[in-house]
Amino acid sequence: MSGLSRFLWERRDEILALTGEHLVLVAVSAAIATAIGVPLGVALTRRPGLARPVLGFANTVQAIPSLALFGFLIPVPVLGGIGARTAIVALVVYSLLPILRNTHAGILSVEPAVVEAADGIGMTRGERLRLVELPLAFPIVLAGIRVAVVVGVGLATIAAAIGAGGLGVLIYRGVATADHRLILAGALPAAALALALDFLLGLVARRWGPRR
Amino acid sequence: MPTPVLEFDEVRKRFAPDRLVLDGLRLEVLPGETVALVGPSGCGKTTALKLANRLLEPDGGVVRVFGRPAAEQEPVALRRRIGFVIQEGGLFPHWTVRENVEAVPRLLGWTPERRRERSDAMLATVGLPAGAFAPRRPASLSGGERQRVGVARALAAAPSLVLMDEPFGALDPIARREMQKEFLAWRTRWDAAVLLVTHDLGEAFRLADRVAVMASGRIRQVGPPDTLRREPADAFVREFVSEFLA
Ligand SMILES: Nc1ncnc2c1ncn2[C@@H]1O[C@H](COP(=O)(O)OP(=O)(O)OP(=O)(O)O)[C@@H](O)[C@H]1O
Ligand SMILES: [Mg+2]
Repeated sequence: MSGLSRFLWERRDEILALTGEHLVLVAVSAAIATAIGVPLGVALTRRPGLARPVLGFANTVQAIPSLALFGFLIPVPVLGGIGARTAIVALVVYSLLPILRNTHAGILSVEPAVVEAADGIGMTRGERLRLVELPLAFPIVLAGIRVAVVVGVGLATIAAAIGAGGLGVLIYRGVATADHRLILAGALPAAALALALDFLLGLVARRWGPRR
Repeated sequence: MPTPVLEFDEVRKRFAPDRLVLDGLRLEVLPGETVALVGPSGCGKTTALKLANRLLEPDGGVVRVFGRPAAEQEPVALRRRIGFVIQEGGLFPHWTVRENVEAVPRLLGWTPERRRERSDAMLATVGLPAGAFAPRRPASLSGGERQRVGVARALAAAPSLVLMDEPFGALDPIARREMQKEFLAWRTRWDAAVLLVTHDLGEAFRLADRVAVMASGRIRQVGPPDTLRREPADAFVREFVSEFLA
């Protein structure tokens, strides 16, 4: 067994625990971002005047360097502080844009003739959304969630800087002690986690996407 | 005279302030009657249809459906009582043929058994045996098959008014003639009032009890095919009809 493998194997309990924390950070923030981003994206298609400013604002927020955003959030009451809650708030902010943008684009990508048919045969707006628009937009919305999740896995490593736990803990410790093996002990599982989640969501897209 | 199923009473509609698309449209469709609405592209045919099921609202005049002003009727309930074949087909691409045909019955809350029975019958009517076609999706159908599904969907809940916007528009002349023949055969089996939009005067003459010739937002003449041929009301109608006869 090589040196690195032995190093990782000896720390497998800690790595596994931190991977679990990491997964929770990403999953919770992606779930919250989806719960906000999908309805908001739909709402923006109903109010085209708002779409530009809101998407523009989300774009700008996305451009704030992540470490700075984590830092800014620490003194904020309720949302901020040290720990996982602050990290989740920051991750939600970053995950929101791809989900919001893709939901908006996905709903708008439904052919006008199909939307008109839905109205014309007497669907309510809710029925049209539930039976026609969301199912047809599903692959695009899910692609947004996939981007948010993969990016979120990377960003969540930075959350260790504000005491949120996760695989970033090993990376920071490795950086502080100039120990490459420790850095890899955080980075390799994070990369594997990102690939695994991307693969899983790909399966979801194929299994539950609309067939045409 | 029986109450018209659909009536346009001096209807005006504009999309831009300076341009009236419909300028005092008057037209009636009686129970059981097929009225064809013909006219050059852009003259307002589709606009008129959409006023009937409140996809659009008039800027003046009154549209009456089932004897009452459309404006007083709840749009969703009204649309479920009106069959609608849209110009581009507009099938739901993620649904099977059967699901498309059962769309309105499903919205109306029919039981699955009743829906199924109905969709089997409708598919047979439009010449698409359920066994072969029910599980397929629109993308796998030919243009003509898609238009048949559109017709079956519009008729599935047995509406007493059917609006058809170029239902056979996407077909080559041979398939078109075939569909026209079938239309006449189906027609003996439903007693709905039909307003059929087409820019093909030959189709209008073959399928309709009365033909309404429209130009720049008004009806120039409405009457049985023979009357239009023999006594065109004005030069426009004479020209329009003679082009078809030539
Ligand atoms: N939503 C809209 N906004 C602006 N103008 C419109 C709109 N819908 C239709 N128009 C215009 O109104 C006029 C009539 O359109 P309509 O679709 O009723 O024509 P049509 O008789 O059905 O033509 P065709 O035979 O080509 O289908 C056209 O000049 C069209 O450009
Ligand atoms: Mg039209």
